[in-house]
Amino acid sequence: MNAPLLHVPLHRAAHGRTGDKGNRSNISVIAWSPALWDTLVAQVTEDAVADLFRHRRPTKVTRHLLPNLHAMNFVLDDVLDGGVNDSLNLDSHGKALSYLLLDLPLAISPELTGHLRGPVDPSPGDLP
Amino acid sequence: MADGQGQVLRVGCAAGFSGDRTDAAGPVVEALAAAGGPAVLIFETLAERTLALAQLARRQDPDAGYEPLLDDLLRPVLARCLAANIRIVSNFGAANPEGAARHIARLAAELGARAPRIAVVRGDDLSGRQHTLGDVAQGLEVVSANAYIGAEAIADALTAGADVVVCGRVADPSLVVGPALAHFGWARDDWDRLARATMAGHLLECGAQVTGGYYADPGLKDVPGLARLGYPIAEIDADGHCTITKPPGTGGLIDTHTVKEQLLYEVHDPRAYVTPDVVADLGEAVVTELAPDRVRLTGVRGHPRPADLKVNVCHTNGWLAEGEISYAGARAEARARLAGAVLKERLPALTLRLDLIGVTSVFADDAGRHLADGIEGDGRDVRLRAAASHPDRATAERLAREVTALYTTGPAGGGGVRTSLRPRLGTVSCLVPREHVPVAWSFLS
Repeated sequence: MNAPLLHVPLHRAAHGRTGDKGNRSNISVIAWSPALWDTLVAQVTEDAVADLFRHRRPTKVTRHLLPNLHAMNFVLDDVLDGGVNDSLNLDSHGKALSYLLLDLPLAISPELTGHLRGPVDPSPGDLP
Repeated sequence: MADGQGQVLRVGCAAGFSGDRTDAAGPVVEALAAAGGPAVLIFETLAERTLALAQLARRQDPDAGYEPLLDDLLRPVLARCLAANIRIVSNFGAANPEGAARHIARLAAELGARAPRIAVVRGDDLSGRQHTLGDVAQGLEVVSANAYIGAEAIADALTAGADVVVCGRVADPSLVVGPALAHFGWARDDWDRLARATMAGHLLECGAQVTGGYYADPGLKDVPGLARLGYPIAEIDADGHCTITKPPGTGGLIDTHTVKEQLLYEVHDPRAYVTPDVVADLGEAVVTELAPDRVRLTGVRGHPRPADLKVNVCHTNGWLAEGEISYAGARAEARARLAGAVLKERLPALTLRLDLIGVTSVFADDAGRHLADGIEGDGRDVRLRAAASHPDRATAERLAREVTALYTTGPAGGGGVRTSLRPRLGTVSCLVPREHVPVAWSFLS
């Protein structure tokens, strides 16, 4: 019988940075360890990201995979309320948005927990 | 060569935007001088809006319009660079590269350094040639129009013996591609090598963003010495591959993770990163840690450069009004939400954005969907922010006045009002055939 999956936020399995050009945001997701790559590819999908950003009404979400780098790059079209010159957001570049993506919940198999980084979140289902 | 030893070109970057730290160059220059061999120092100081602001400054004063902190950036290192033959390449010319060049000549004389040969790159400024822009600028009050030009003029100026190359709007990575082209004498259609140098430039162009800046997250991504970050140096070999490092004794961190974050920064399709010089392909890129604070990038490929150049057009775009007020203690969030409702009722002519700083703000959208979807909580230290833009100054200004009036008319206990009213600049972009952009360079006479 398989051990139950553990639920952790994405930032324990990957890190990333946001960039902006016009009304388009790109957010990288880079695995902390090659061992986590397959889990990220399976779970950090275009649909999952589009759902996280639904209040920003992306017209398109594209995922580019870079297996050599154990990294993926998300491009989110039309999510910046017009971009740096038109948005009313304090953060008109959307620089904080990597942290919205890095809160995506992941289900991790127990043998991968040694590859996770960072402090354990007190949320239910996280590692003890 | 595995570590790019032998004949390498060292390029250090001492600024990643206009507003970066101005004391970064010293340790970079010392490291370049200590290494000996060919070396270049770059400063990247232009963003989309920086150029428009520079054009506005030049309208006020024909001698202005270049990087306002030029003197602060160069004064500590100019004499040392000239003495050690470290060339300087930068876009700090902004809207007035000639003016910047004259400033540098005066500064060198004042410092008692040898007279530098200063090259000025021109042709990016299309504000006087709006007929080349097509329809995109129709009906707009244009403030600036600049093409992103490539590395060739920089390379030619360096080959001719320039100590300093002053540019306006060149593509950021071209500040590195130009010196590499001049040093290694690559063919100008050697796409693989151009692409590798382009990605070296991409890693450098944001300064400390590759050496641990904009990376730290305590307990998860720890960076030593964040207050005294070392700025990056790329060691570029004859094939264009690079090793990223930083001056000894400085703070910061270079590992595969900091390099990968910067490698993908502002990239869309990683197999087609488009610049004026080349289309770079990261599909097979490899990032390897050679030693602490030494990371190598290999595997980058290149494809032929685009026929057109990107042009950014900045135009006037009405007024942005903002106002903030704080609430703390019991029911602070409820009082802040009530203040926001009062503003909405008082300002029907404006489309207001409301933020509850401390509850939800920068993740949210202008239309307020994120705020509306959230559950009202019990935030006890909440700052209400309201923002709106409008073509008419007086209409926009009403927002600032209504936020101020909350002092006596709003919910209990509001304090710390701040308001601002600023003109806005908008940007549109278009593509222009390369041959319509009259790129040229010359030495300052």
